[in-house]
Parts: sequence; structure tokens; C-alpha cells
Amino acid sequence: MLIKLTGGIVYDPASGIDGQQQDIYIRDGRIIAKPADAVVDKEYDLKGKVVMSGAIDMHTHIGGGKGNIARTLLPEDHRQDPVYRSDITRSGCGHAMPSTFVTGYRYAEMGYTAGFEPAVLPNNARQAHMEMGDIPILDKGGYVMLGSDDYLLRMLTAKKDQKAINDYVAWTMTGAKAIGVKVVNPGGINAFKFNQRKLDLDEQNSHYGVTPREILRVLATAVKEIGVAHPLHVHGCNLGVPGNVQTTLDTIQGIGGLPMHLTHIQFHSYGTEGDFKFSSGAAQIAEAINRNKNITIDVGQILFGQTVTASGDNMRQHANHKHASPNKWVTMDIECDAGCGVVPFKYKDQNFVNALQWAIGLETFLLVNDPWRIFLTTDHPNGAPFTSYPHLIRLLMDRSFRNDMLATIHPEAQKMTTLASIEREYTLQEIAIMTRAGAAKLIGLKDRGGLSAGNWADITVYTDNADRQKMFEKPDYVFKDGQLVVVDGKVVSTKWGTTHVVKPEFDASVEKGLKDYFDRYLTMKLGNFKISDDEITEDGRGSISVHPLQGDVA
Amino acid sequence: MTEITEVPSPFCGIGTDDLTIKVDGVLLKVIENGCAVNTPAFEQPITDTQARVSGQEVSLDVAVAKAAELLKDTKLPLIGGCATDVNGMRGLLALADKAGAVIDNMNFTGARNNFLALQDSGWMNTTLAEVKNRCDLLLVVGTDVEAFAPRFFERYLWNKESMFLEDTSSREVIYLGRAPSGTASTSPTGKAAQVLPCAIEDLPEVIAVLRALVKKQPIRVTSVAGIAVADLQTIADKLLAATYGVVTWGAGALAFKQAELTVQTLSEMIKDLNNQNTRCSGLPLAGKEGDQTANQVCGWTTGYPARTRFSSGYPEYDPFLNETKVLLENGEADALVWVQAFNVNAVPPETNLPTIVVGRSGMTFTKEPDVFIPVGTPGIDHAGHAYRMDNVVAIRLKKLRESGLPSTAEVLNAIEQAL
Repeated sequence: MLIKLTGGIVYDPASGIDGQQQDIYIRDGRIIAKPADAVVDKEYDLKGKVVMSGAIDMHTHIGGGKGNIARTLLPEDHRQDPVYRSDITRSGCGHAMPSTFVTGYRYAEMGYTAGFEPAVLPNNARQAHMEMGDIPILDKGGYVMLGSDDYLLRMLTAKKDQKAINDYVAWTMTGAKAIGVKVVNPGGINAFKFNQRKLDLDEQNSHYGVTPREILRVLATAVKEIGVAHPLHVHGCNLGVPGNVQTTLDTIQGIGGLPMHLTHIQFHSYGTEGDFKFSSGAAQIAEAINRNKNITIDVGQILFGQTVTASGDNMRQHANHKHASPNKWVTMDIECDAGCGVVPFKYKDQNFVNALQWAIGLETFLLVNDPWRIFLTTDHPNGAPFTSYPHLIRLLMDRSFRNDMLATIHPEAQKMTTLASIEREYTLQEIAIMTRAGAAKLIGLKDRGGLSAGNWADITVYTDNADRQKMFEKPDYVFKDGQLVVVDGKVVSTKWGTTHVVKPEFDASVEKGLKDYFDRYLTMKLGNFKISDDEITEDGRGSISVHPLQGDVA
Repeated sequence: MTEITEVPSPFCGIGTDDLTIKVDGVLLKVIENGCAVNTPAFEQPITDTQARVSGQEVSLDVAVAKAAELLKDTKLPLIGGCATDVNGMRGLLALADKAGAVIDNMNFTGARNNFLALQDSGWMNTTLAEVKNRCDLLLVVGTDVEAFAPRFFERYLWNKESMFLEDTSSREVIYLGRAPSGTASTSPTGKAAQVLPCAIEDLPEVIAVLRALVKKQPIRVTSVAGIAVADLQTIADKLLAATYGVVTWGAGALAFKQAELTVQTLSEMIKDLNNQNTRCSGLPLAGKEGDQTANQVCGWTTGYPARTRFSSGYPEYDPFLNETKVLLENGEADALVWVQAFNVNAVPPETNLPTIVVGRSGMTFTKEPDVFIPVGTPGIDHAGHAYRMDNVVAIRLKKLRESGLPSTAEVLNAIEQAL
């Protein structure tokens, strides 16, 4: 079947197309060049409509144990947003931590066609993939979490060379079916198990004598040398601690020019100035990002209202539990691998700290110059549920709306932010870079995030509207792999997306040391740890898409 | 005849995956690392291979069609048992959503003690590998651990080596409430566990006093439920002095009213300990009859644990009103689907309602159900996934033999399609 999308205004940063009228042809799920004399089976008249590729959320907690703990913890939140079944969709729940099916529907209904779970614990990777396997429509993938695992820390203490560490990282990525590597509070989750309650960048783990700075270096080097496109994905030290802006600046400096992605940087951009000893470090951070081209970031914007924070960082989540609202929370130590912490939060615009967090996130968006190196996230659900993205886009694209909102927050927070003076408004092309082309490039997706021939036909069509929130919350059409899945912001058909992975090579002898370690200290056999392809494909719904490594011949 | 090694078990809840099983046709024999729970569960012979309608053998298609017919005009079908693997639960939830059913895992009334505490105040928990390498003090509350999982101590406490303990046999074990039924908790060097018994229904009082002592509150009485407060003080001191204390309980073993408050007191006590400059974690025992699997899959599919109804068109969780027993006794349910792929002895509750059993081959009934579809067991007849007790690790179950029995998922998907 040949589909033609006629006359839309196309924003395709991957091809350098910025708002030009173009026709798009789709056959067998992919975008093709204009075919000679072929009969068009189905034509959509998109004259005047805005056309982008499907959006990609490069950091969203959509699969894995901590998310399911968050769900279990909050029945009262689900009850306020029940989702009915229909002839084509399953029932579920929405709001802060939606059920898997509803996650897929609601992302698609906003024009998103892919989401990446950033915190896949190796020992919990099966669950992450099984949950994502129940998310319809979206493509998905995961970044495997390392850096607090005892195996790596033992290697560092034993002064194993970089090659050995590269093999271990590549082996873990393959076993856990990952497309990236993440580190969360480097070494800190491990230190918490030894009763350390904080861990600065140059502070030693009390058992291993290893510092977060060393862990970051060795993992960033491994990711680069293995050839993984996505740079080491870093949730830094001291999340949420006033004064952590210095930690973040030191982290950037300490990585020595290696590629590094700093995630939910808003939570790591706090100073200690002012009457409340809490201030914005966004300007310093933005300056450092602008200067250091090896660094990419996503923001982790907070938006006001009830949500739940779910993180691998049990050290910091334990410290934050006193802010839990409602007052209930969970932490776990997990399998000599990592941990997790789940703390419900209600961000309030009349709370000074929350109000300034909101402003810090927006300052960061507006002060970082290069949209190819900054990504639109709320760290779903930690800063706000992903369903708030259209509102966030309006805040970025509409200065007068932004200033109206600014005028309503805690007055002392208004005084502590430069937001009112920032004139920048994001353009449609910049939004398309942050949420499409840039995200695909960052993750290393070879045929997503663009609209040129050869890409998969993940396409979102909007009606241009000066109210950008209205525009982005209700696309006219969404196509996933060429299938029309959303019309007027409602799911009209469903399908199953693919799981994006890389399969880096490693020296097979890496398993010798690992087998011994599994037998002596862990709770399952090495052979039972590794996830096989058929675990993702056997129910007939899932599929695996392997992406090239840097240095591969295309 | 073949031997399969490194076989994971879905039966014991503690994720043993070192069994060696000899396969001779459809006969299985556990030849290494069996236990009183796993060996009979693996060796259970296949009896039925054919579905039955009203006691008459029929094809699978006919049985599926009959099941769909029985469910077609129901108002509130009840899907009980819910004891299967991840794909089985996926199929079960799809069927429940379409049929407007209630689903209820058979262990939920016990698990409810944990869920109510979790959903009210939360907890700080740990997993088995952390226990294996870090735990220097294990406090067992009201539960006979070795009856629950015979190899728990061998695998996770008396392991030869650990990363952070010089000598694993120096770990200390204390039983509070219930004495152990055997000697699995005695260390390899012969050190027996300390046991402070009391009536199980007195545990709320005992645990409340223990928490008060951990918080250094003054206690005026000298004994509680027959236990000297001085002995409880010793436990509190040991918990405070431990490097990595672990407190374990079986929610189902706390068989007294409002035991959720005892789970909550324990969980809050663990938080108190972590606020007094040491580490301590909870470790709830579970993972049997697919209970953790049911709660996990229902959790991500609906937002709620596996006692949830779909009769309004969307999921509604109620840990009391959606209970199988309540729905049957009150006459609210109008059909019963019993799903139990693990245990031939876990038969459906007695009822006069139209009954469909999707059960492990070998199940016998005092009253023949309207439809019986024998299914394979995950981890024996087909591959699958099951969650173990700590709810983090989903073990990959292996297919060990070619029995021709369908999986739970295949049967439930077929019924859903026929509906």
C-alpha cells in the first residue's frame, strides 16, 4: 500500500528542513522517495498542517521494578484517573504512573512514538522488558545501570585494566538487552549499603576506596571505546542537595572531554545563596554546557501538582523521604547490583523551593544555546507525568504565557530567578530537534527521528495553533511504522513497537570471572541471568532492532 | 533420557536455579538439589492430557468454545487462583478486561497484610543477594522459614563465602513468635538460633514493645506475652548493633486479625533503625503459586495488585470486597474460572456456579467442573517467567519436556478470542 501525505509544512531537522511544504510517501512502513507513476492507495491532505517525525522521549521511567512499586504505592492516585476499555484499547489507570497500556496510548496521543527507560538494573532487566513489552504502539529501549554494582567496584579495587572493564560493560549490555549505559549516584547506591549517607564526587566508598569521579571516568571511557552511540548517561552525585551546582560543574570538568549525558540536570543545579540558602545555578550550568561540546543534558523539568519520584538513587531518596507527600515511601537495596527509592511528591507553586525548581528548569532550557544537546524531559514521573509535555512546550515557546505563570509562583522565588528577563522563545524547529532528530541522534537510532526516505514512517501531524499546548496535546494524525494509530488525539488502532538494542562485542573469556562471581556471591546462575532474544519475541508481539556501533560500516 | 542442569524452580519462591533434573519422556526426576517443596512439584506426573466438558473428554477447541459460552452472558465472573507465569497472567488479565471479571490471586488474603502496610506507609526492603552477602543478623517474625522454603538457609545464610562477612557461620538468627520446625537455621558450626516463642496472636503486642525499645522509649512492664522485656531489649540492642540487619516474615503466616498493623510496625521499626545510624531491611517471604507474578503483572497492567475487578469497564482494586470467598458467599459472582498451573492440590473452592478450571494436569475434583482444561506447568512444559519472593528478579523458566499440554496463556487467549 502506498500512502501519500500531501502538502504539509515539514519540520525535519535531521534533513535540515525547517518548515517547508513537502509531500511524504509511505510504503511497507517506511518513508520512500516519490515513486514514479505509482498509484496512491490512500492520500491525506495536510495543507497548512505541521508535520514532524514521531517524538522520542529519551528519558522516561516506563519499565522496571521501581515504577511498579510506585504504581502499587498509589491506588488513590489511580482512582482519580480511571481509564475505560474500548473495542480497541485496554483498560488501566492514568495520572502519575500510568499502567503500561495507558502509557502507550497517551504517549501516542501526544505524537510520541518511542520512549527509553533510563534505569534498567541488570538483575531487573527482564521486568523492564516485560513491562515495556506491554506498552503498545511505542518503540522502546533501556539504558542498563552500572556503577554501584559490586562486580565493577571489585574490578576497580583490583585495578583491572580498561579493556577488562569494557568487556564487562559490553557483556552486561548484551545480557540485559540495552542500548545505553547509565550510572546513578556513582558508587553512592553501593555506599548506602555500607551506611554512608552521602557521597561527594571525590569521596571514597568506605569499603572499596573508589570515588564517583573514578567510576564516571572508567564507565564513560568504556561506553566510548565499545562504540555505543549514546554517551554515558549520568545521574550525578548529590541529587537535590543545595550547593550541588558545584558538584555538577566538577563532574563536567572531571570527565576530561569524554562524551557524557547529564540527566535531569535541574535537580543538580542548586546554589546556596539568598535568605533560604537555595538558589538557581542554571546560568552557571548553561554556560558550562555551552562551552563543553562533549556534554549533552536533559532537563527533568518539574511542573506543579501530585506525582511520584522513582529513582535508583536510594541514598538520596532515603534522605528525601521527609518530603514524601502523601507520607509513604519505599527504598530497596537490590541484588549487589543497585537499589531504588520511591517517594511521592506534590510540587507546589507556593512552596519556595518547588517554585524555584520550576524556574531553574526553564532557565536551563532557555540559556542552553544548542538544541541538539538539550532534551525535553520531566524525568517522568519524577518532575511531572509525561502528559504535561504540551504544557511544557508552551512554556518554552510562549514568553508571555511563561511570564504569566511566573507571576503566580512564590514571590520570593520570583525574585531569585532571571526568567522574566529571558526573551528566548523556542521555535517549532528547535522543538523538533529536542524531541525528534536530536533524541534519535543521541541514542543512535539509525532510521528513526527523521522524515527522509529510508526512515520508518513514524510521523506526527499537528494543526498549527498559537496556543502551543493545545497544538501539541492533540495531533491530527499519528503514524507508527506507517500505520495510522491516532486521529484527532485519540487512538484509532494499535500495534506493537520494537525494542532498540545494541550488541557490542566482548571477549568471551569475560564470562570466566563472572561465572565464578555469580556462583559464589549472587543468587542465580550466570546462564539464567542473560536475557535471550526469544524472551522478547516469543509471544509474537515483540521484536528486536539492533543498531550499529560507532566504527561499524553502515 | 536427558539430564538438564541449572533448572530454575517456580515453586519454592526463593529462586533456586541449580536443580538437575533427569527427563525420561514425560517423567521427571530431580537428581540434584531437590527439596521437600521442589521435588514433588517437579515430579508430579501428568495424568490428564485431554480437556473435559461435563466430565466427557473433548478437543481443546470444544472446551474453549464451551468456556466462552459459559462466560458470555455473565455479569460478574470471578477468575480465582491466578497461579501461573507472566504470559499466563497477561492472558488472564486480557480475558478479565474483556469479560468484566474480578481477578483474585489465591494468596492475596495473606499478601494483603503486606499491601495494606505498603500502601499506607511504605517500607525499606532488601533482596536475596544482599542477604547472602551482607546480613549479619536475621530476625524471623512469626514464620517457619524452612517449612516455607527448605533451602533458604543453605543458599542465603550458610553460603560458604560472602563478599562482606569474614565468616558466614557467625551470622545470628533470632526467631520471635514461632519456633522453627527443624534445624536449618542452625549454623554450620552448630550455633542454634535463639527462639523467643509466644502465641502468634500476641505478636502485635510483642512487636509494638520491640519497636518502642528500638526507639529507646521506656517500657514499664517486665514481660509481654510471656517474653521478658529484657530479652526484647537484647534483640533491640542487637538490631541497633548489627551492620546489616534483616527482618523477615511471611505475610500469610501472620494469621491473626489486622496483621497488616504488625507488618506496618515492623516496617516502621526498620525505618527507625535506619535513622539511628545503622542499616536494616525487611524481607517479606512470598513467591508461591505465582503470587508475586500475579501482583507484578496486574500491577503494571492495571496499577493495582491482583485483587481487582473490571466490571465497571476499568480496573477497581479492593483488597476486601474483591475476595473470592466474599464474592462466592455473597452470591455476587455468577461464574468461576479457576487458574492454577502449579499445584494440583490447590483446587477451586466449592460452588454451584458454572465452573471452568484451567489447571495443572493431575488435578482431581470432588465435583467435576463444567469445563476442565489441563495445562502445562511453567518451567516444566513450557518456558516462562516467574517472580521470586523479593519481587525484583523474574526467573527465566525452562521447558524440560515435550508434553503437548498447552500453556495457560494459550488457553486463556483462546477463550478471550472466542468471547
